[in-house]
Amino acid sequence: MTTASQAPGARDLSDLVRADRVHTSLYTDPAIFDEEMDRIFNNCWVWVAHASEVKEPGDFKSTYVGRQPVVVVRDRKQKIHVLLNRCRHRAATVCEEKKGRTNSFVCPYHGWSYGLDGSLRGVPHPESYGQCLDKGEFPLKSLRVEEYAGMVFATFKQDQEPLADWLGPAKKWMDLFMKQGGGFPIKVAGEHRFRFPGNWKIQLENTTDGYHFPVIHKSFLSTVDKQTEQMLDFVNGPGFVEDLGNGHSVMVMIPDLIDLEANLDAPIPARFEELAEELRADYPEDQVRRIVRAVGGSGFNLNLFPNIACSMAFFRVLRPVSVDETEIHHAVITMDGGPAAGNRARLRLHEHFQGPLGFGTPDDSEAWERVQKGAHAGTDLWILLNRGLPGERVTPDGRVSDVSAETGMRAAYQQWKKLMCATTAVPSSAAVPSVTTA
Amino acid sequence: MNTQLLAEVSAFLWREADLLDHCDYDNWLAQWREDGLYIVPIDPDATDFADRLNYAHDDHAMRVKRVARLVGGDSVSTQPVSRTVRSLSRFHILADDGQTVTVRAAQFLREFRKETLRDYTADVTYTLARDGSGEGGFKLIAKIVRLINSTDALHCIGYIL
Repeated sequence: MTTASQAPGARDLSDLVRADRVHTSLYTDPAIFDEEMDRIFNNCWVWVAHASEVKEPGDFKSTYVGRQPVVVVRDRKQKIHVLLNRCRHRAATVCEEKKGRTNSFVCPYHGWSYGLDGSLRGVPHPESYGQCLDKGEFPLKSLRVEEYAGMVFATFKQDQEPLADWLGPAKKWMDLFMKQGGGFPIKVAGEHRFRFPGNWKIQLENTTDGYHFPVIHKSFLSTVDKQTEQMLDFVNGPGFVEDLGNGHSVMVMIPDLIDLEANLDAPIPARFEELAEELRADYPEDQVRRIVRAVGGSGFNLNLFPNIACSMAFFRVLRPVSVDETEIHHAVITMDGGPAAGNRARLRLHEHFQGPLGFGTPDDSEAWERVQKGAHAGTDLWILLNRGLPGERVTPDGRVSDVSAETGMRAAYQQWKKLMCATTAVPSSAAVPSVTTA
Repeated sequence: MNTQLLAEVSAFLWREADLLDHCDYDNWLAQWREDGLYIVPIDPDATDFADRLNYAHDDHAMRVKRVARLVGGDSVSTQPVSRTVRSLSRFHILADDGQTVTVRAAQFLREFRKETLRDYTADVTYTLARDGSGEGGFKLIAKIVRLINSTDALHCIGYIL
């Protein structure tokens, strides 16, 4: 299905990303994919969790950084650890559950047990090791972990720049996004998981693609009320896409919903009137308005390179599986301690569009699948990314163009190029013991 | 065992399965009571669904919209439509209080679309209201489709389970 090729050299790769296009092989070449796992996923800050997913000591979730299985866990001192999910003895995974709460991780094979901070606590029948096993030398391997606005990132690179610097101007959009708690802390309350047979970058692009929305989501738009349909008819509207540096970008579809705590005196949309009435039994009017305005989510998608987006009302997580297979999680956001009626509204809105049985996701997925299939035709051809280029202008944060511009994709691919072609990239083997060849 | 009830219930549910496999959605919608819920949960152990995330949590209005999407021709993921054949078996009457009957069954569904044949296996629990006006004397008031792989990453499903 895919054409095997030699591992591409740095110079070859830089020719494949131009200012206005990228080469089709970025979707199809398994050697490029292998290189991406090393140079991008093993060398960037990669999102692993929202803090609410590991709220209490002992709470854990298992996930991946690139292709490497990890466990995200909070210890008794409230510190979040990201540990390679691999026993230091003979490599079996120490955790197979997606999430849960525990006191320790015990390898089922020979019973080696690890604390919540990854330290090796116990080894059954240690006598046979004599003096040749120092438990201090064999904790579960730790990644470096930092957090901003409740979003937890990890990196294999111990000398990586601080997370706050990496995020840069994206931070203020993360702060804005968290306002959809409507005054309550936000909480990840489950997710839809699905896979599509296509390259991960097809999904990375999609979160910053306003152009596709009215076309591919026509059937979804026919199932919403008139007011919502008008709100989502944004392609010729005043929104914008802004490159925020380091591959991050924001696409503002509905400028009125950038700040969910502004314009609280505006009329409540018809579709939320019933909810507002229900909330009035328990909350004062100003709080009702704040909750109701936040329930539908923010008016923008924030794409954080390489694997996470704050997408209107949910987190979109992507996991590259292989060059032509990608797993997506659409994590639903609720108000932690907020009104049940408001959270139900958020859950039903999420189910309406997202996931394998939603009214939106399957059509996106179908389009991405067709991109991957089509990319095997005309393997010398290019993927165009020049939309909105003539109107693009420089801003203090980066570059901005119209709402359906491909500015965000250009931002991501320039970052891709920077990482893939860097001559000083630290290979993952420097941080983590990986496969060595004889 | 009340084999008469089992025969009535299975006749009604086999008809439902047949209507879905043959995209006869108007008659499928008519099998439901207005306040009925079609639910595809994620959590296999969940018994209340309103306050958690599901794959689908359809009231009457959402069922009508789901059907409109499947037949409307605007959704690229339903063009071409998936062909499905499902078989329903292992009926077990869990409760019968005279007004409603709760029955659990095994559903084996095969789907073909474009170049791919897929399987979906589910434990399905139905709650049926005895209702003289409904076909077969019943109306659906709940259908909970528990896919055995609900916690895994699924492929998109462009039909009704």
